[in-house]
Amino acid sequence: MQSAAKEFAATAGAYIKMTYLEALTQAQIEEMDRDERVFLMGEDISVYGGDKIVERFGKNRVWNMPISEGSFTGLGIGAAINGLRPIVDLSIASFMYLASDQIINQASKLRYMTGGQIDVPIVFRCCMFSVGSKAAQHADRPYPFFMNVPGLKIICPTSPADIKGLMKSAIRDGDPVLVFEDTRLWPLKGDVSTDPEYVIPIGKANVKREGKDVTIVAIAGAIRPTMEAVDALAEEGISVEVIDPRTLKPLDHEAFKNSVAKTGRLVIVENAHAVCNVGSEIAAVMVEEAFDLLKRPVLRLSAPDIHVPFSPALEKNFYPTKEHIIAAVRRLL
Amino acid sequence: MQLSGNQRLEAYRRMLRIRRFEEEGMRQFKGGKIPGSFHASVGQEAAIVGACLALQDDDAMTGTHRSHGHPIGKGAHLDALMAELMGKEGGICKGRGGSMHLADRSVGIISESAIVGGGIPLATGCAFSAKVRSVDQVTLCFFGDGAVNQGTFHESLNMASVWKLPVIYLCENNGYAITTSLAQSHGQPDIALRAAGYGMPGVTVDGQDVNAVYEAAAQAVTRARAGDGPTLIVANTYRFDEHNFGMVVPGQPYRSVEEVEAHKRDRDPIVLYRTVLLEQGVNENSLTAIENEAAQAVRQAVQFALASPMPRPETLPDHMFNSSLAGHNSFAAKLERN
Repeated sequence: MQSAAKEFAATAGAYIKMTYLEALTQAQIEEMDRDERVFLMGEDISVYGGDKIVERFGKNRVWNMPISEGSFTGLGIGAAINGLRPIVDLSIASFMYLASDQIINQASKLRYMTGGQIDVPIVFRCCMFSVGSKAAQHADRPYPFFMNVPGLKIICPTSPADIKGLMKSAIRDGDPVLVFEDTRLWPLKGDVSTDPEYVIPIGKANVKREGKDVTIVAIAGAIRPTMEAVDALAEEGISVEVIDPRTLKPLDHEAFKNSVAKTGRLVIVENAHAVCNVGSEIAAVMVEEAFDLLKRPVLRLSAPDIHVPFSPALEKNFYPTKEHIIAAVRRLL
Repeated sequence: MQLSGNQRLEAYRRMLRIRRFEEEGMRQFKGGKIPGSFHASVGQEAAIVGACLALQDDDAMTGTHRSHGHPIGKGAHLDALMAELMGKEGGICKGRGGSMHLADRSVGIISESAIVGGGIPLATGCAFSAKVRSVDQVTLCFFGDGAVNQGTFHESLNMASVWKLPVIYLCENNGYAITTSLAQSHGQPDIALRAAGYGMPGVTVDGQDVNAVYEAAAQAVTRARAGDGPTLIVANTYRFDEHNFGMVVPGQPYRSVEEVEAHKRDRDPIVLYRTVLLEQGVNENSLTAIENEAAQAVRQAVQFALASPMPRPETLPDHMFNSSLAGHNSFAAKLERN
């Protein structure tokens, strides 16, 4: 079988420009080429799952599921235990709740509960629609729930290069990995390595921009208003360091501490609701492990403890905006 | 397809191994050697063993919180099972599972789920994998009458039927979901009728008759191997003990003492099969030898389990991950804090 990389007629070390969504598809194609145990399953996936994948791999590698999120998730887990490496596409992140019993009670626990007799190499994908009048049942960002579950790895990369490298790591991983894609990032373009062995390890944060005055940790789609805010602040001579954790479980504590050791100031920006979110965890980690590094209190920006509204008028400032972020940075200076 | 020749003695042997294991387990539980709760399969041995004997060694299985009988029925060694009940390092799950989770992968079990109905999708996926990989393997899925009312039952049977998966759904219908009877919880108490809704055969068998269960399971296995898809088998059986050992049910009894005693007296699957075997001309001495052997195997399992050390506290995180995160900076810090 011709490898996906050859399609681009590229040599190792070459890069091509593609969108986040294209990079995600490319990662899956490369891994399906590399390992015949990898297959896709999800609702309407043979229609919406990326034409290239369906054409290339055919029906035995791409499985349309009935609307039974709870049990087709379990079906994927059973298949993973018995020799396959499923990519379960749960499409909209709110459907993760339907799948959560099987993800939590089975996928995350079976290895431990059987004393290591069983492995569950499986990837669960879902996308988070924030902004766009989807209303509360199609707009959730439920990653904090799953962070509280031992045994799961969780990634939410923000660039085309990162989604490609981390998705490949997720597919190759021997344990359950959840992938939260923010649809705000889908159209973003960037340089992506064409090397099929280009992978990014799970658990490593990335310094998106170096700075010295304030550290911002930005999660998933929050990276976009964060970068806009940081550009605006730079014009005023305020230097912000931006960290993208890329992986939410396990969080790269060292990356946060290294940055705060320079700046002494920390803001966490994300689109999940405010109570017990990633920001809560990072703030707690800093207080417990690096209190002396902090010159000012840790600030968290997130969605309020209110459901996502439908009307554009209500939704407009629901998530942290460039202006909110600029204001938070100023509060710390 | 009847149990024949040595298979008949094997059926008797496995049922007895379950019975003696459970009886000894309850003694050990009473004596404080087994922590947690103890869910015995006494009374349900024929439903388990009859189905297991229709499988090959490399066929797969999923079970339930009433998990002790399944591995024994599939041929597992008793030592590591008893050690697991005692929470020992030598346990089949290294002391991470316990009474509700005696999954022994070496005999093909991928899960014993204490979430009722939780194993049904897993079995379906296990069979899905066999089909996708074109492997000659069937999966036997045990669940109880309570699980039939979970959404996973409906969703999974539908998927298995759509893709004609090689899976056998075997309902150990003991009549009660803890204390809730079929009449109280099933709009259609004839569980096998549900199969029609998924376009698969549904059969009801006397779950106290190991031969009847075997026949139905063997037929379903043949069908599954031929690519004709799943079957739902309802084995009507009875739990002789409480839901879990020592459970005290407040208020009016949910089943009468007479009902329980009548089942123990007239419907004991081991007593029934012993009579059948003698009628078929099996020498009583060979049955006595099997009985002695089962008792000896259980004694040895208890010795092994008692001698096995408790897991060392520092092994707490072991077996969490295949791709280890033990060295990750977040993981280390959290452990230290605990």
